[in-house]
Amino acid sequence: MKTGARILIDSLKEQGVDIIFGYPGGSVLPIYDELYDADIRHILVRHEQAAVHAADGYARASGRVGVCLSTSGPGACNLVSGIATANMDSVPVVALTGQVPLPMLGNDAFQESDITGITMPVTKHNFLVDDSLRIPQVIAEAFYIAGTGRFGPVLVDLPKDVLMRTVSPDEILPGVPDLKGYRPTYHGHPRQVKKALELLRESRKPVIYAGGGIIAAGASEALCRFAEEMEIPVTITMMGLGAMRSDHPLNLGMLGMHGTRYANYAVTECDLLFSIGARFDDRVTGKIDEFAPNAKIIHIDIDPAEIGKNLTVDLPIVGDAKVILEDMLERLEPEDRIIRKSWLEEVGKWKEEHPLTAGNGGGLHPQQIIREISDMLDGGGIIVSEVGQNQMWAAQHYGFKRPRQWISSGGLGTMGYGFPASIGAWFACPDETVVLIAGDGSFQMNIQELGTVVQYNVPVKMMILNNMYLGMVRQWQELFYERRYSYTELPFVDFVAIAKAYGVPGRVVESEKDVVPALKESFETDGPFLIDFRIEREENVFPMVPAGAAIKDMIGEHVRQDVGGEPVEQEAD
Amino acid sequence: MKQHILSVLVENRSGVLTRVSGLFSRRGFNIESLAVGTCESPGMSRITIVASGDDAHIEQVKKQLNKLIEVIKVIDITERSHIERELALIKVNAEPGKKRSEVMQIADIFRAKIIDVGQETLVLEITGDTGKIHAIEDLLGPYGILELVRTGKIALQRGASTISPGK
Ligand SMILES: Cc1ncc(C[n+]2csc(CCOP(=O)(O)OP(=O)(O)O)c2C)c(N)n1
Ligand SMILES: [Mg+2]
Repeated sequence: MKTGARILIDSLKEQGVDIIFGYPGGSVLPIYDELYDADIRHILVRHEQAAVHAADGYARASGRVGVCLSTSGPGACNLVSGIATANMDSVPVVALTGQVPLPMLGNDAFQESDITGITMPVTKHNFLVDDSLRIPQVIAEAFYIAGTGRFGPVLVDLPKDVLMRTVSPDEILPGVPDLKGYRPTYHGHPRQVKKALELLRESRKPVIYAGGGIIAAGASEALCRFAEEMEIPVTITMMGLGAMRSDHPLNLGMLGMHGTRYANYAVTECDLLFSIGARFDDRVTGKIDEFAPNAKIIHIDIDPAEIGKNLTVDLPIVGDAKVILEDMLERLEPEDRIIRKSWLEEVGKWKEEHPLTAGNGGGLHPQQIIREISDMLDGGGIIVSEVGQNQMWAAQHYGFKRPRQWISSGGLGTMGYGFPASIGAWFACPDETVVLIAGDGSFQMNIQELGTVVQYNVPVKMMILNNMYLGMVRQWQELFYERRYSYTELPFVDFVAIAKAYGVPGRVVESEKDVVPALKESFETDGPFLIDFRIEREENVFPMVPAGAAIKDMIGEHVRQDVGGEPVEQEAD
Repeated sequence: MKQHILSVLVENRSGVLTRVSGLFSRRGFNIESLAVGTCESPGMSRITIVASGDDAHIEQVKKQLNKLIEVIKVIDITERSHIERELALIKVNAEPGKKRSEVMQIADIFRAKIIDVGQETLVLEITGDTGKIHAIEDLLGPYGILELVRTGKIALQRGASTISPGK
C-alpha cells in the first residue's frame, strides 16, 4: 500500500526531479514526512515567494523544470507573484501546493484558499487533484505542459486527504499524459519557411530581432550561424541576452526603452525585421506605429497567439525557433549569401558614433562596476539581476558570452526576484560563479533569504548598487515629474551589518579605487559575499525612450538627428 | 464590430467553463451569450459563445481559447453556412377570457408551445433565432411579461461538416 504523498514523491522522481524549493505547513505534512528520507533534496527558503523564484532561477539556469512546494492558504498565496513572474517570462515551473481535505473544500476551512482559482490567469495550466490514483498522471501532465511548447508555470493543488489516502499500487493510473487539446507545433510550415528566405533575399536592410524564445528553444547556436552566414545584424531583447556574444560584430545589443541607440536606429531604418521568439512587447516597440515603419516583418513564434497580437506581420511562422532556423540554414542557397555592404557600414557607423557610455568623473558609477565584474569574470558566470536601474545597467554593460547566463524578471519586472533566483541558479549550476546585481530597494524585498544562503552555504556574490533610492522610479520622477521625488528615497541601511548578523561576510565600497579589490575579495571568498556599493545617487539609465515615444527618439547623451530623432535634452542640475 | 458565434469543443474537466469565461473577461472581450452542454462525444462539452469585436479581436480570442489545455477545437461558425437557435420561456399575464385567447393566438402564430397554464398566467416555450424571440417578446409585452428566461444561442454548421475531436 502507498500513500498519496508517497505516490507524489515517486512521480516526481519519475520526472527526474532531484531538488525542490519549499516551505512546510499543516496541509503538506504528509509530503514533508516523505521528503524526510527521500532522495530528493529539499531547500528550505525563508518565504514562499523565494521558493518559486528559486525554482524559476533553477529552471532558467538549467533549462529543466523547476519545482517548488508550499502549504495551503497563506503559503500558496505567497507563491502568486512568483508564478506570475514565471508565466510572463515563459519559465517551466511546477508549483505544488497543499490544500484542505476535499470534504472541507469551499467551507472557508482553516488555511483554505482557492489557489487554482487565484492562479488561473497566471499559470499555463493548473490542477486540483481529487483522486490519489490520478497523482502520477497529473504530475506527468504538469511537467509535460510546463516543459513543452511555450514553457510556463503549472500549479498542482493537493488536498491533504488525497495525500494521506493509502491505495494499492495496482490501482494507480499510469503516469502518462492524456491531453487531447494540447499539441504544440514545432516544425515551421515549409511554404512559410521558403517565403521567409525569399523575403530575406529581397531585403537590402535586414535586422534580426531575437527574444527569449531563442534561449528557451536552445537556438542560440543556430541563430549565430544564421546571422553569420547571411551577415545580418542582430538586436536582442532583454530576455534574449546571451543568445549571441555581446562582443560579436553583428550584435547590436538590446533594443527598446533602454536599448542601444544603434539597435533602435537599425530597427527604425530596416526594410525587413526578422523576429524570432520575441513578442513585440511595449518596452521594446515604444510607439508601435513607428516601430520598424519601413519594414516587412517575419515573425517566428511557438505560440500562435503571439502572432498578430501587437502588430500585423507579413509572414508568420509558428514553430520552434531552433527547428525553424536549422531548417532555414539547410535550405540556404549560395545566392542567399548577399553581402549588404552599405547597410552593414551604416549600422557600423551608428555603432561607432553612439556607444553605451559609463558615467565618468566624481563618485562611483554603476556602469563601471558592471564592466569590472564582466572583465574579472571574463564575461563568464551567471548574472542575476533585481529590477530597476540595477537591472538595466547590468543588461547594458555586462559582456555576455552564452545563453542562460543572464537571469532577470522581464515581463513582470518583479522586485525581489533576483536574490532567490540567484540561489536557484546556483543549485542548478554549482560550478558557476553566480553574481547578483541588486538595487537596495529590491534586495530588501527578499532580504530574508540571507538565511537560506547561510544554511546551505550558497556562494552567491551579492552586489548591491546602493543609491538609497527606488532609483528607476526616481529617474522617471526626475525626467517626467519635475524632480518631485515622492516616496522614492530610502533611508540608510547598513547592509554589511545585516549580512554579518546572518553570518555572511561583506564590505562597503565608496570609491572607484576600492572596486577591484572588493570584487577580488568577494570572488576569492568561499561561500556568499556581499558588497554594498554606494553609487552616485542620481545616476540615470541612458539612453532611454520615454514611455509612448518612438524608439528612435531616445533621450540621454549623443543625440542623432538624421534619422529624425527629436533631441530631448536632459535637464541640467 | 461584428457578432461572432464561436463553437468551442472542450474536454469536460472541472473548471473548464471558468477558464473559458475568465479568458474573455481578462482580455477585455465581451460575451453576449454563452451556452454549454455535453455533446455527442463522451467526456466532451460544446460551448457556444456569442461575442462581438473586430476581426483581429476575434482572431486573438480564438487563439487564446486554443491555448487552453482543455480546448480541443474552436470554430467561428459565423463564417460558415449555419443554423442558430435560442429557446425562451415566457410567463405572461393571461386572465381567462379574451386576453387568454389572444395570447394563445400569438403563441400559435409563432409556433410557441404552451407548457404551463395557471389561474392568471400562461408559460410559453419558443425556439427560433434572436429576431423571432424579440418579435414575440414585443407582441406579448402589452399583456404583461412576468418573467422571461432564455438560453444562449446554440448553432451548428449546415450539411455534413462537423467539429469533432481529431478532425
Ligand atoms: C514588486 C514591485 N514593486 C514595485 C515595482 C516598481 N518599481 C520598478 S523599479 C523600482 C525601484 C527599484 O529600486 P531598487 O531596487 O533600489 O533599484 P534601482 O532602480 O535603484 O537600481 C520600483 C519600485 C516593481 N517593479 N516591483
Ligand atoms: Mg536603489
